[in-house]
Amino acid sequence: MTMNRRELLRNTAASAAGLLVAFHVPRGVRAAPAAPALPPANAFLRIGTDDTVTVLIAHSEMGQGIWTGLAMLIAEELECDWSKMRSEHAPAAAIYAHTAFGVQMTGGSSTTWSEFDRYRTVGATAKDMLVRAAAARWKVSPASCHAANGMVSHGKEQLSYGKLAEAAMVLTPPKTVTLKDAKDWKLIGTPVRRLDTPEKITGQAIFGIDVQFPELRVAVVARPPAFGGKVGKYDATAALKVPGVEKVVPTANGVAVVAKHFWAAKVGRDALQIDWIAPEGGGIDTAKQMAEFRATAQKPGALVAEKGKVDAALASAKTKLTAEYEVPYLAHAAMEPLNCTVKLDGDRCEIWTGTQFQTIDQGAAAKILGISPDKVTIHTTFLGGGFGRRANPAADFVSEAVIVAKAAGVPVKVVWTREDDMHGGYYRPAYVHRIQAGLDDKGHPVAWDHVVVGQSIVSGTPFEPMLVKHGIDGTSVEGLADSPYLEGTGALRVSLHSPKTPITVLWWRSVGNTHTAFAMESMIDEAAHAANQDPLAYRLALLKEKPRHGAALALAADKAGWGTPLPAGHARGLAVHESFGSIVAQVAEVSVEHGHIRVHAVTCAVDCGQVVNPLGIEAQIQGSVAFGLTAALHGKLTFTGGQVQQSNFHDYPILRMHEMPRVAVHIMQSKAKMGGIGEPATAPIAPAVANAVFALTKQRLRTLPLRLV
Amino acid sequence: MKLDINGTVRDVEASPEMPLLWVLRDVLGFTGTKFGCGMAQCGACTVHVDGQPVRSCVTPVSTVGARKVRTIEGLSTDGSHPVQRAWAQADVVQCGYCQSGQIMTTVALLEQKADPSDADIDAALSGNICRCGTYVRIREAVHLAAKLTRGAK
Repeated sequence: MTMNRRELLRNTAASAAGLLVAFHVPRGVRAAPAAPALPPANAFLRIGTDDTVTVLIAHSEMGQGIWTGLAMLIAEELECDWSKMRSEHAPAAAIYAHTAFGVQMTGGSSTTWSEFDRYRTVGATAKDMLVRAAAARWKVSPASCHAANGMVSHGKEQLSYGKLAEAAMVLTPPKTVTLKDAKDWKLIGTPVRRLDTPEKITGQAIFGIDVQFPELRVAVVARPPAFGGKVGKYDATAALKVPGVEKVVPTANGVAVVAKHFWAAKVGRDALQIDWIAPEGGGIDTAKQMAEFRATAQKPGALVAEKGKVDAALASAKTKLTAEYEVPYLAHAAMEPLNCTVKLDGDRCEIWTGTQFQTIDQGAAAKILGISPDKVTIHTTFLGGGFGRRANPAADFVSEAVIVAKAAGVPVKVVWTREDDMHGGYYRPAYVHRIQAGLDDKGHPVAWDHVVVGQSIVSGTPFEPMLVKHGIDGTSVEGLADSPYLEGTGALRVSLHSPKTPITVLWWRSVGNTHTAFAMESMIDEAAHAANQDPLAYRLALLKEKPRHGAALALAADKAGWGTPLPAGHARGLAVHESFGSIVAQVAEVSVEHGHIRVHAVTCAVDCGQVVNPLGIEAQIQGSVAFGLTAALHGKLTFTGGQVQQSNFHDYPILRMHEMPRVAVHIMQSKAKMGGIGEPATAPIAPAVANAVFALTKQRLRTLPLRLV
Repeated sequence: MKLDINGTVRDVEASPEMPLLWVLRDVLGFTGTKFGCGMAQCGACTVHVDGQPVRSCVTPVSTVGARKVRTIEGLSTDGSHPVQRAWAQADVVQCGYCQSGQIMTTVALLEQKADPSDADIDAALSGNICRCGTYVRIREAVHLAAKLTRGAK
């Protein structure tokens, strides 16, 4: 592939000259360094005199493996020694904006496909300049030089990249670069172990919560216990008596206790006397809210998709099925509780945090402080899990920390307790789906009336213009209106109600697919059983115009031994779902032990297009299965008077080691456009398990988390 | 008071009820040990006290006394401990936040059982939550670490 100069400049750096600089950047941020104003010239890559190649990662490493994957893309074209590769997070700057979404962010399972060209181009550009530097040194033509394994050679002459870096950086960048043909790739498509392992197995990795420097104080904040509630009068006398507590300051809607360390801040926070003002109308109660959602679901909402005359088609269908599916509010519950460190110095602001949303956070901090965003430096630390919670359009945990630091007049790290994190909102919303399906005499759907009820996650955010069309939040119905099962259905109506509540909501790993895949894949299973057909054969018949879906499903079924005998008391269920451009089929093998659903094995087939790092893909599929199983078997937040009733891992359980099934991952050879991999395996697991439970018990479980009656 | 951390005795100023976790992290700067729940539910804060895995988030520092505390930083700083090597070889980590606790629990397990079964692994590690879901590779790494440990002896 050849890029013209304009594309090259847009895709690499404003000036590719000086792309290579010969200095070593220390890793980690134990001490607060002076705000480094990184010149855009070396935006993506540095080559040190010690031959290390440091890749600046424009996205956030939250476990998904992009520090390794993006480094592979550069290394492939740069022809460098993989053992010399390092990665670090780029600062927040316009040059690092997402190539498709325009702001610096990590989400939507988009990092690898969106950077596939840019990072390879950076590598190819640097290689071109290193080769020309070597050629000039030897007074030979660049074409007669060869770059491999971190060295440029000409005959018996050889120079390492580190020795050439300074000479290369002053050269004019190439007008075009030609990227390697796929057949010549040495790294892309091969299993490569992670670059961030050494610091993560020795305790040296720096997460946001680990940021420390001498003048830094820690704050713990009291926030309204109920959604829609407000802070009233408060008395800080007892809090200020706690040894180590230094200040108590108000936030936008709470009270912060600032102390020498976390423990004093927490004890101080718990000693605050606060009159909380209850929400108007008493606040949300889950039982009442879900009853309202169910009532709302009886009538169509705003039209998402419509074809044919669905009411007539339902009335004349040979078989009519009606079912309601429900999912609760969910917390992301990343292992690292939310936190953010802020240091203000004159008209400058420095922030250390694990964020997925650098541009949004930078803008929010600038607005609070009345400064321009370029005065806000963001140091992205490792994220102790993100899952969407650290990509908040409202920039909640960053904005609050800026307010606390400003009020306290000292650098502050705001740390949330687990309970604060779980009560802090921005949940995956609860949804009710009501589906009426009409089947013909072959058992195939000829009428499909589908009503969805649940809060919009983008309404009222800066993303509303992009993601809400004609009153429809696309994320509420993704994977549903475009379901491959319904393409041949003559009469279809998909509609959406988006009720507003005081509960703050947000994207959660795999977003709308978390509930649409559960509803669709369960209902299709119901239809297959109503038609007395094998669930695999039934799906394959409906998917005959969808070869990628069919192939993934067939592979997963084959590898799982679909139709072959199982131990007594075991059964299989399956599901296939497309999201983020990738297709994942899963077969779950379950049993019931002491009244509880036990998942023994999950067999996955994934078609994500071009593969960069199969080892990373396998890890993401395994992890997504665990994440999805937590929602399938355990996850549920409930509200009384607007207050969340769960608080920590004892009453909001996360899947544990003894519950983890064996997971087999089969990655398909695919010529399809590259899709994402961090999320797509999350959604199919709940319906695969529910369908297996039906096969075993004849109980159709339509509510998550799954509970046998 | 005095605390023996990774073989070095240190003077520490802290209130007696302050959990060992926060003494390690905020007073002494050993940030490899993580805060996850504050109520012994997740295992992220696991350290060894006289070789036993304990949840430092609920261990008042005053109860430690003269016993020896070992943290992730005390295994090795270069990843050369057999359990760390197994973790690297199995490519276990994702976000990495829980892994100090997973590794410390595994080290204690292998000191009790040189060749743990899957059931032993379930029993020992079910107290350590990994939200990224690295359990499949943790299990593989524990078996591998057992082999590496036996090989090292």
